[in-house]
Amino acid sequence: MRDRARLWAWLLAAGLAWLVVYPLLLVMVDGLREPGGWTLQHVDRFVSRPGEWQALWASLWLSLASVVLSAAVGVPLAFLFERVDFPGRAFLGVLVALPAVLPPLVGVIAFLFLYGETGFTARFVQWLLRLDEPPWRLAGPGAILLVHAYSMYVYFFLFCRAGLARLDGSMLEAAQALGAGRWRTLWSVVLPHLRPALAGASLLTFMTSLASFSAPYIFGGGYKVMTTQIVFTRLNGDDRLAMVETAALSLLALGALWVFRRADPGGALAAVGKGTAPALARVGSLGTRRAIAALAWVLAGILLLPHLTLLVVSFVPSGTWTTEPIPPAYSLANYLALFQEPERFRPLANSLWMATLATGVAAAVALGAAILVVRRRVPTGRLIEALIGLPWAVPGTVFAIALAALFSVHDPLRLRFVLVGTLWILPLAYLVRILPITGRAIFAGFRHLDPSLEEAAASLGADRRRTLRRVVLPALRPALAAGATLAFVTALGDFVTSIMLYTYETRPISLEILASLRQGDVGVAAANGVFLMLASAVVFALGARREARG
Amino acid sequence: MAFLELDSLTKTFPGHRAVDGLSLSLSRGEVLALLGPSGSGKTTTLRLLAGFESPDSGRVVVDGEDVTTTPPVRRRFGMVFQHYALFPHLDVGENVAFGLESLGVRGPALAARVAASLALVDMTGFERRRVDQLSGGQQQRVALARALAPEPRVLLLDEPLSNLDPALRERTRRELRGLIRRVGITAVIVTHEQEDAFDVGDRVAVLRGGQLIQVGTPDELYANPRTAFVAAFIGRASEIPARLLAADAVEVEGIRWPVPWPGPELVGAGQPVLVLARPESLRLGAEGDGRVRGVVIGRRFIGPTAHFTVRTDGGAVVEVAALAGAAREGDRVGIEPAGTGLHLFPADVA
Repeated sequence: MRDRARLWAWLLAAGLAWLVVYPLLLVMVDGLREPGGWTLQHVDRFVSRPGEWQALWASLWLSLASVVLSAAVGVPLAFLFERVDFPGRAFLGVLVALPAVLPPLVGVIAFLFLYGETGFTARFVQWLLRLDEPPWRLAGPGAILLVHAYSMYVYFFLFCRAGLARLDGSMLEAAQALGAGRWRTLWSVVLPHLRPALAGASLLTFMTSLASFSAPYIFGGGYKVMTTQIVFTRLNGDDRLAMVETAALSLLALGALWVFRRADPGGALAAVGKGTAPALARVGSLGTRRAIAALAWVLAGILLLPHLTLLVVSFVPSGTWTTEPIPPAYSLANYLALFQEPERFRPLANSLWMATLATGVAAAVALGAAILVVRRRVPTGRLIEALIGLPWAVPGTVFAIALAALFSVHDPLRLRFVLVGTLWILPLAYLVRILPITGRAIFAGFRHLDPSLEEAAASLGADRRRTLRRVVLPALRPALAAGATLAFVTALGDFVTSIMLYTYETRPISLEILASLRQGDVGVAAANGVFLMLASAVVFALGARREARG
Repeated sequence: MAFLELDSLTKTFPGHRAVDGLSLSLSRGEVLALLGPSGSGKTTTLRLLAGFESPDSGRVVVDGEDVTTTPPVRRRFGMVFQHYALFPHLDVGENVAFGLESLGVRGPALAARVAASLALVDMTGFERRRVDQLSGGQQQRVALARALAPEPRVLLLDEPLSNLDPALRERTRRELRGLIRRVGITAVIVTHEQEDAFDVGDRVAVLRGGQLIQVGTPDELYANPRTAFVAAFIGRASEIPARLLAADAVEVEGIRWPVPWPGPELVGAGQPVLVLARPESLRLGAEGDGRVRGVVIGRRFIGPTAHFTVRTDGGAVVEVAALAGAAREGDRVGIEPAGTGLHLFPADVA
């Protein structure tokens, strides 16, 4: 039994290494090769071009600035929602967290429709001031940063809220009893307690920004960050240089991860925090309460406005909205086209089946890995867990390039097969990208699972299969549901790997959105965006209901 | 004729030996309590019995059948887990039915046996309840019903009372003892509480460092502890340093106490020894000749009597039982032996 578990573990580790590490190594090596042999020529080209350094620097400072801005929005919002009681708090709290479940591309085009040069706001200002030109162009680093802050504040909001909810109320009372004023309590009790949450949100925001592709691609214009630089280099046919750029970006990502881990080793306070949650501050007068409620509604409104805009634009028929500040006509034409014209429906179907397949496989792999690592405690456990988590630290662009490199050559002896251009490359790429998501959820679920449940089943005569089916899977259902829904939504809305690996037959929703935008079909693009938004919401609602029931 | 036999079981985990050559045997229907502090190997012993761990060496034999390598699935040992391990997504009836379904029991027979098992633990009619709606005591009884339903050969209980509050604990202990007797099943119960072990077990095995120190009925253990550890672990006892004078007397801080040396191998006269004294085996009196002198430093009420903590002039801290009004804190007093309940051990073995 033990030997068989070990064998499975080795096979799994080897398979994961082939899918996760091997492509990255290929990229590193390919950047150093020429048909004749080894060369540093491409590295030289990379190092000697100012544009490359600018892109690298842009990626770095934009990511750091995104962390600061997102924190500036998300942390106060978390305090407002977690510490102050006001009417509509529960409902708004859910609404404000919504962008967390939306694909980045949806947020980006929503932003475009609201604040872009032909968006509602610009048109309104133009109409108001009777300008001939749109009052601004939404482009460059400022625009990217704005979109990042807009979509990534959610990490700080959610992490801080969870941290505040875990705060033991008696700790605050103890601080007050010891004579600490409001600010001292905040500074020396609350903030240290929130440190792990802040560190976690910062890391997540930083890595997400570094890997961000949709926002720089749509809003960057001539301003390049590393992810867009790689794609353009590749589109120019300079594969070798793209490899070097890819290597540089992955080193930056892994380096950043290393620095974060060093700066916050372990998060010693993470375990603290049992007891009762602190009482909500009942803000004094009715007037103040109303004012705070109004403020919260306004904030939530501003944060959700882009998505409402998307909904509105999705009802605008093609070609009817030209110079008016507000679209003059509305109809269901875009949606009808989506479901009636086979060519328009195809991307939806593609995204759905590819995301479903990738999610199913990712969940199964994570489950098998968790059984081997957590329960059987195979010697290769740490390796397997690291391999499953690795794609999280590597930007999607990098993996797209790497997988394209691995699967564009037929060389079975070197374990390379031609998958690029087939149906299977995108589901495979999605699988690699979402493995860390299902992995983290299912590993955490398994670690929380009381091992005596399985022992009880065994002592009651249930064999492995029956124990898995009747005891383990039902008990893991919340973790499975959480991991699978997030993974599914990520795969469904994927843009960054798709743009590198899609074929016309397998084009997913994100590329249909891009194509519609290019053709000026904003309504169709918006309708696709709304479909992504709704699909995500439905999947999440299903997952949440399962969780509540299970 | 032994029904369940543990034959020189040894289990080593990386870095320490959890169970070290443990041998025990139980006759059919006997209840054995494994008693020891944490880390004494009692839980590992239970897991070896259940089959969740396999021993490095030694055998487990039940009813003449060697089950040492039989996996838990086929061992037919029932187990009640410390936190009960009830399946949270199944209701009470489904939990109890789980083991019966493994045996292929279906339909009306299944329902009947589930009902019978629940009736056994006085939980009739609870079939459709969710397990998270049950109190701690009810969960414990459902766990017991689930373990007993497939009619296992042996029942294993891992600290089954440790999750209950003190008031409930005593009642549940009585019910548990009654139920095990009624069913007549051979059982092994692990506990670190002496009262649980003495109340539930026909015999008690005291474990320490993975080794069996002593096994016997509660009376035997209390009256004749084989080592100072057993004496101190079972009931209250104070350690008083002394010097052996002869086979039937020691000297405590210059005073001669008549205490018989129990063991066969005599420590030489004049050698240091340890007196283990139960509170009720000492008498409190006025400071005077023939008594060990000391001062009262604490008093703990237990109904009409009290336990007085006395620090002797020689520095020993001794608990003595006496009437509650016998002395006050700060009083100078004298201590003398009062009959049985004093045990002598070599001084170097604590």
